Amino acid sequence: MKMTKTGARRLAIGGRCLVVMTGMPALAGCVQIDTPDKPIEINLNINIRQEVVYRLDGDAKKLIEQNSEIF
Amino acid sequence: MGKNGMRMKMWKPTGLALAAIAATAAVALSVPSAMAQRDPAYAAARAAGQIGEQPDGYLGFATTPTPAIRALVQDINIKRKAAYTASAQSTGSTVEQFAFTSGCNLIANTKPGEKYQTPGGVWKTRDASPPERDARCP
Repeated sequence: MKMTKTGARRLAIGGRCLVVMTGMPALAGCVQIDTPDKPIEINLNINIRQEVVYRLDGDAKKLIEQNSEIF
Repeated sequence: MGKNGMRMKMWKPTGLALAAIAATAAVALSVPSAMAQRDPAYAAARAAGQIGEQPDGYLGFATTPTPAIRALVQDINIKRKAAYTASAQSTGSTVEQFAFTSGCNLIANTKPGEKYQTPGGVWKTRDASPPERDARCP
């Protein structure tokens, strides 16, 4: 297997990065990001927010009361 | 004695007037409730569990509907949408937002034996316990 100059350089850079990366946890001020335990939920009904529902609740009750023949 | 007689005479018309007011009030109270009654076919389909309330604020079919029930539900849903549209405009919200908020209330108002749809889309029969509603419902 022949290796080109750039290939060798890439490998060398990769190796150095690996050393830096493995050395990272030992350094202070290192930011660690963990994957969440729970699955990420994406609510598709973002156009109906709870605060909007709470704001409209009184008017909805009034509408139902005043038009009880269709509710 | 004479004074008492006078008082009796004075009270009589007042009593009659009170009775008349009471009668008028009774009529006035009974008229709106008679106007706001559900169509008998609608009430029957609801009670039979053929149709029920959906979380989106409209009626849906819990079982395959007859053409008559389908037409009835479509008619009511059109009227509901018109009412939601007017209220959405006056409250500065969208028709979907107002309809959804109404759906929260309509499912909460279902009587035991009536059908409602859960947020997951399953038709359930209302019992004495609180109905299964969307987490955003008040």
